[in-house]
Amino acid sequence: MRKTLRMQRGWGQQIVFLGPCLLFFLTIVVTPFFLGFYYSSTDWNGLDLDKAVWTGAANWKRIFMNDDKFWESLVFTLRFTVISVVAANVLALLLAFILMTTLKTKKLLRTVFFMPNVIGGILLGYIWQFIFTKGFATIGELTGISFFQLPWLGTPSTGFWGLVIVFVWQTAGYMMVIYIAGLAGIPKDLIEAARIDGARAPQLFKSVYIPLIMPAITICLFLTTSNAFKMFDLNLSLTKGGPGTSTQSLAYNIYAEALINNRYGLGTAKALLFFAAVSLITVTQVWLTKRKEVSA
Amino acid sequence: MNSSRYRPGNFILEIAAILLAIVFLSPFYLVLSNSVKGLKDILIDAASWPQVFHWSNYSKVWDAINFPQAFFNSLTITILSVIFIVLFSSMAAYQIVRKPTRFNSFVFLLLVSAMIIPFQSLMLQLVRVTSLLELRGELYGIVACYLGFGMPLSVFLFHGFIKTVPLELEEAARVDGSNPYGVFFRIVFPLLLPIIVTVIILNTLWIWNDYLLPVLVIGGNKDLTTLPVAVTKFFGQYTKKWDLALAGLVMAITPILLFFLSLQRYIVEGVTAGSIKG
Repeated sequence: MRKTLRMQRGWGQQIVFLGPCLLFFLTIVVTPFFLGFYYSSTDWNGLDLDKAVWTGAANWKRIFMNDDKFWESLVFTLRFTVISVVAANVLALLLAFILMTTLKTKKLLRTVFFMPNVIGGILLGYIWQFIFTKGFATIGELTGISFFQLPWLGTPSTGFWGLVIVFVWQTAGYMMVIYIAGLAGIPKDLIEAARIDGARAPQLFKSVYIPLIMPAITICLFLTTSNAFKMFDLNLSLTKGGPGTSTQSLAYNIYAEALINNRYGLGTAKALLFFAAVSLITVTQVWLTKRKEVSA
Repeated sequence: MNSSRYRPGNFILEIAAILLAIVFLSPFYLVLSNSVKGLKDILIDAASWPQVFHWSNYSKVWDAINFPQAFFNSLTITILSVIFIVLFSSMAAYQIVRKPTRFNSFVFLLLVSAMIIPFQSLMLQLVRVTSLLELRGELYGIVACYLGFGMPLSVFLFHGFIKTVPLELEEAARVDGSNPYGVFFRIVFPLLLPIIVTVIILNTLWIWNDYLLPVLVIGGNKDLTTLPVAVTKFFGQYTKKWDLALAGLVMAITPILLFFLSLQRYIVEGVTAGSIKG
């Protein structure tokens, strides 16, 4: 009798505490995820949501044999990811080192560098659309520097670099804060010891700082890699994938396939490949950098 | 790191850092100063300080995007979602940590793995699921979506924190006759405050700025339009009318910037804590 009462209470507690979380998670995330395997092999559109026609391998054939734009967007995304991850992390690390020294305006500077991060990608894209098309043009006229006189966002390559610039501007401050936390955790006597042993700045950087902030590097590389690879909002508001489709990220290509071309089935198939690519890249990256972590 | 004295080297670094900060801030200056100019002045010289202030840009946009409504919608959706995310994810994490059955460990593994799934890989099927359950175009529908997507990271953060809460406190309360719910809400929940702040901040920034989910789930219901969606629609209609577009942008970024500037210490720390544990 007493035992069943306790068991009942255990079940009650399990349902009350875990139930709401599971209900929403299963409905909103898990169910759509598994439905994806079905819908990716169907002809399905957004106008008739409940009519999906099974088409077997047709979508997959189309993606692999007859969809150059998708593969171009993959190449674009990979290139964008590599370049912006390196640029954002180098800038962030540089800022972190500067802000770790004794500065009078340290707190203010930290706030300023972090600030772009709280604004969403959509709004940042619109802000920079103005800067690139009107602001840069004016600065170009005033200073005569050819960099500002380029047809910004008007060509594939200025579109690409425009996206990189805004991504780095948005992300660097956030990563800087993580690097500062990492640097602050290095024991002072360790640095002193290395100094006394005659280590100079480059050596100190390579053999002491970098290995000791490896956990922070793992986190920052993970965050920037996955954010860059999944870039969408910025793409939508800054270049809309253009000119033409030259600056389409993978996420944008999927969006356009489904919501502009109204091919939900094909979009789901692409989205499944997208998921596989994101998993592969982030897991590999974390595995690679984790191996390099040491403890002080 | 270096010695804590302020040397000439530090001064040079400081100047360099301030110059860089000005470069970082210059987009805000350009947007702000041009938002009160007439279109002609913007096109002639975007860098100068406005000669004549066209405050009417703001009043025009205020009505055109129905700012009060979009703002209020964003606020309602964000606040409701964040409250329930904090409540449900902390309860779930508590149960998973204190009752680590095989089932609960599996649930935790499932939640953590789900963090890697990009939104695009779920969105179309989600449109199907939400329309089937009649969640589309409803306030509770979009809140339900944020609850689902918010669970993984939030449970993960609470899980990490609750592991460090000593069990003795709870046992003492239990001896005094509290039931499990009382123990959680009166003893454990208040102790979670630091991580609650982190969870609130991370989810607020995400939900407030989110664009694609509201577009898909709110769909045609104009009464629920959020701020980012309203601004995007406005930009579609007013391309090249920079005077109005910029005023709209300033109005859209002001709330989140004020939120950041007033709580910046907590936000910077919260975001750092969130990513270091996450």
